[in-house]
Amino acid sequence: MDNLLRDFVVETTENIDVVDSELVRFEQDPNNTAIIAQIFRLVHTVKGTCGFLGLPRLEALSHAAESAIDRFREGAPVTRDAVTLILSTIDRIKVIIAELDRSMQEPQGEDSDLIQALEALTVGSSQQDVPTTRSSVVPATDVTLGTLVYQVLERELRPGEVPLDELECAFRETEADEREFGFGMLERAGLANDDGMSLRAGRADDASVEDQSNDAVGLENSLRNNTIRVPIDTLEHLMTMVSELVLTRNQLLEISRRDEREAFKVPLQRLSLVTAELQETVMKTRMQPIGNAWTKLPRLIRDLCQDLGKDIELTMLGAETEIDRQLLELIKDPMLHMIRNAADHGIETAGERVRQGKPPKGHISISALQEGGYIALSISDDGRGLDLARIRQRAIRQGMASEKEIDRMSDQQVTKFIFHAGFSTAEKVTNVSGRGVGMDIVRNNIEQMGGAITVKTVAGASTTIDIKIPLTLAIAAALIVESGGQRFALPQMAVVELVRPGGSTEARIEHIHAAPVLRLRKRLLPLVQLNRLLAINTDMVSDWNNAFIVVCKVSGSSFGIVVDSVLQTEEIVVKPVSAQIRHLTCYSGATILGDGTVIMILDPSGLAQNIGSIAEAHNDNSSLIPDRLETGCSRTSLLIFKAGAGGPKAVPLALVTRLEEIDISRIEQAGGKNLVQYRGKLMDLVMINEAAGFREAGKQPVLVLGSADQPVGLVVDEIIDIIDDVLDMKICGGKPGILGSAIIRDCATDIVDVAFFVPKMGANALTRGKPKRRLLLVEPSDLLSAMLAPVLQAAGYAVQTATKAEDAADLVSGSGFDVAVISLEDEAALSLAATAASTTSCIGYAGRSSAELREKAHLAGFKDVVGTFDREGLLASLATLGKGFGEAA
Amino acid sequence: MMKLNDNVPNSGDAREDRKQFVTVSVGNQLFGLPIHQVRDVFVVTEMTPIPLAPPSVAGLFNLRGRVITVLSLRTMLGFDPAETVDSETVAIGIEWRGESFGLLVDRVQEVMALAEAGRDSNPINLNKRWASFSAGIHQLDSQLLVELSLESLFNDLSSKAA
Repeated sequence: MDNLLRDFVVETTENIDVVDSELVRFEQDPNNTAIIAQIFRLVHTVKGTCGFLGLPRLEALSHAAESAIDRFREGAPVTRDAVTLILSTIDRIKVIIAELDRSMQEPQGEDSDLIQALEALTVGSSQQDVPTTRSSVVPATDVTLGTLVYQVLERELRPGEVPLDELECAFRETEADEREFGFGMLERAGLANDDGMSLRAGRADDASVEDQSNDAVGLENSLRNNTIRVPIDTLEHLMTMVSELVLTRNQLLEISRRDEREAFKVPLQRLSLVTAELQETVMKTRMQPIGNAWTKLPRLIRDLCQDLGKDIELTMLGAETEIDRQLLELIKDPMLHMIRNAADHGIETAGERVRQGKPPKGHISISALQEGGYIALSISDDGRGLDLARIRQRAIRQGMASEKEIDRMSDQQVTKFIFHAGFSTAEKVTNVSGRGVGMDIVRNNIEQMGGAITVKTVAGASTTIDIKIPLTLAIAAALIVESGGQRFALPQMAVVELVRPGGSTEARIEHIHAAPVLRLRKRLLPLVQLNRLLAINTDMVSDWNNAFIVVCKVSGSSFGIVVDSVLQTEEIVVKPVSAQIRHLTCYSGATILGDGTVIMILDPSGLAQNIGSIAEAHNDNSSLIPDRLETGCSRTSLLIFKAGAGGPKAVPLALVTRLEEIDISRIEQAGGKNLVQYRGKLMDLVMINEAAGFREAGKQPVLVLGSADQPVGLVVDEIIDIIDDVLDMKICGGKPGILGSAIIRDCATDIVDVAFFVPKMGANALTRGKPKRRLLLVEPSDLLSAMLAPVLQAAGYAVQTATKAEDAADLVSGSGFDVAVISLEDEAALSLAATAASTTSCIGYAGRSSAELREKAHLAGFKDVVGTFDREGLLASLATLGKGFGEAA
Repeated sequence: MMKLNDNVPNSGDAREDRKQFVTVSVGNQLFGLPIHQVRDVFVVTEMTPIPLAPPSVAGLFNLRGRVITVLSLRTMLGFDPAETVDSETVAIGIEWRGESFGLLVDRVQEVMALAEAGRDSNPINLNKRWASFSAGIHQLDSQLLVELSLESLFNDLSSKAA
């Protein structure tokens, strides 16, 4: 019986949640008979099951509610009070269910207040209103008399109680949502079978039941085989086991790579595939539509409207977007909070709205969308927007920043204050919000799940809160870095970009009273050395020029973590650490790498705290930096801009050295070219099409391409955005300078062929007097090839490309290349290098360049191995080889 | 129950009173851990140190896919930490409040059954720290054995972590 009761509690909780939001919909749309029929059916199911399980309080309550709802069904006018009454009845039912869940017993209590009110409502409306929708309805008393014969009921029908016959009649007539109907039937039938008794025993007329459920039977069978309830613990356990399996698989792969034992290869490969599929399937069991976290929202908005005397409409988009169950729980409360905020602070009263020329009805919309491994949530209202002036004042008064600092802050920076603990601008504390706790907790919650939150506001028009959260917590993409001789994992969500200082790049490290900072795109980025922060091998002298800087962004502020090297990216399974080390805010857990070693996972927000107060002022202009690190060639960071006629254009961000704004007055004409003095050199300014011109005056945005020695400026009208997207390009090459077109954010976008513009400059200065060195680029992906070739051309090489290592082998032996740049993703790359190494210097590159890969590559004759996106590393490596040529010549 | 060890004094007492201990040595001192609290004994080969962690936490260790927090009994008892970890380094696996720990010791000896009644209370001149970890002293023929109380050992750790 306990199991039965538990199933009932679970099912009823779900049903009640649906009733909650359906009632709100019904109130707004009283003529929709489908909605009321569904509500009726749900409440009826609850009532029926209660009676069966012997829960008198619940039964009486749901019965009274059912009767009242039935009146609506028959066409009684839907009043706000009536709906409120039913909603409070449902609240009471929830309380009882909660107690049932806890103690398996109905709590003591009296519900006569609600029941009487409901009965009054039922009787009142049945007396006043002649039923209009269904002609077959006869006055209640008559029906009672006529059908008592068939009833097993041993008492008088309560006021408004509907006899069974009529109910079944109603069931048949209602155009039910067959699927859900089938579910209810199935579950109840299932319960009955388990217990060896039939729920239908109470029905007098078996024939009619048969008739009515004929349709349901077919559904029943198919559904019975398709879904089962599984305790969450079991799923969690399964998930843990699969995670372990993945780790073990990785370890095996690592061993086989080292041992080269042929016999293991095939079974291992199969194991690998099966494991991947298993992992994917188990992950799916954890996924739930995000709409499950939204079921309470329509009710919330309705109640708020009544409390606040406002009129607000709520729209929900993308409720079907799937998200990890664990995250769903975590996102629930922040969502409620933000909706409450929007309704209370954001939306104005109807009068105020009309005065401002807005429609009297306020509007709040929530949307969810999956973008790669993340869910993008957005909550926006068309209310008054954030009062930035007020936030500035408050921030000063509450001592969060000095007046001077506030003056210097951009609006975007000012909005961040709402996430500070204890910050509130509400003029009065209402029972809804304004207590100054909340947004900081919301931000904490979001950041705890590895997400990010930003606010956009337009004064008097709107506020939009954008949230980005990972799809799942169990497995995260991480960057493996090394510092002080130890490896650490850094969640990729927080990583914005990787910078390699020194050399030919513009990024320079400088010190202000021993505090290292990096000049990055004209902003100062505070730096922290990971080994110093963690107090490991602090006596090791850092070689600033060979270090990597991982630029992280946490809560809107950026900082750079200086590490000795960046090893690879890896999908890691996050494991919690024991209580003894949980107080260390620097870490968010531990993980086991493919080679079996345990490493700590760094928590960027914890690191940020430990660095000290990283001033909010070090706030990157978010439109000028890539959203996050590129994870592979499937996703590419693209810079979207407008130039000349036609739609938006895009260029892979990896090819853009810098973004500049150049004063029009500084542009000079010489030799039929537009030139500008740029960092002590002359930069050629080229246009996508010659029709596009410069601005009349002011600043002209320019994309700086090519190498630092010989930059080329691509003149654009406007930089729109930087996005991270899967680039599915149709290579068409119809127009010069355009590589092809792709659909980016639902908009046909031209991908600019950087190679077309860079040689324009190459012809005039770069290689004059010097014989070009011949370079062979072996890259299977057309896109990567298109991206890398211009970089190499700009560095002064005559580039020939090949897609396959086999083809390349012929080319190498046929014509003398000075250097070959070869993708190590291709299996045949190693053998190619082995044959070519005698005549040609080979440089390899790979997305993941592990120490082992390097080892292998060196053995095969590669001079160097660099990361695929490490453009500077590649050029530096080429330059080193170049010196070799010079000496030999 | 069989008598496990001839070293045990006071063996004439009722056998139900005997408790079994896994005995380990740290810095020439013999300690006993109640056997029901010991999950396994394993060799710690490669450990990942945790920067900023309290000194008693030696690091993390991958034991068949589980991440184990390795604690150094040496450090906790005030000895100098062991210089290196090699193939000889053993740890006692302990499950404490749902988490897995390894207690680094110098050597694992044998399992002994010791009479509850034969346990002496801590001598008053015992180091305070030691006294807090010790549940009592057993007199063996050749040496003394300190019965460790995991409860107080872990409480001490948590209080430092807080």
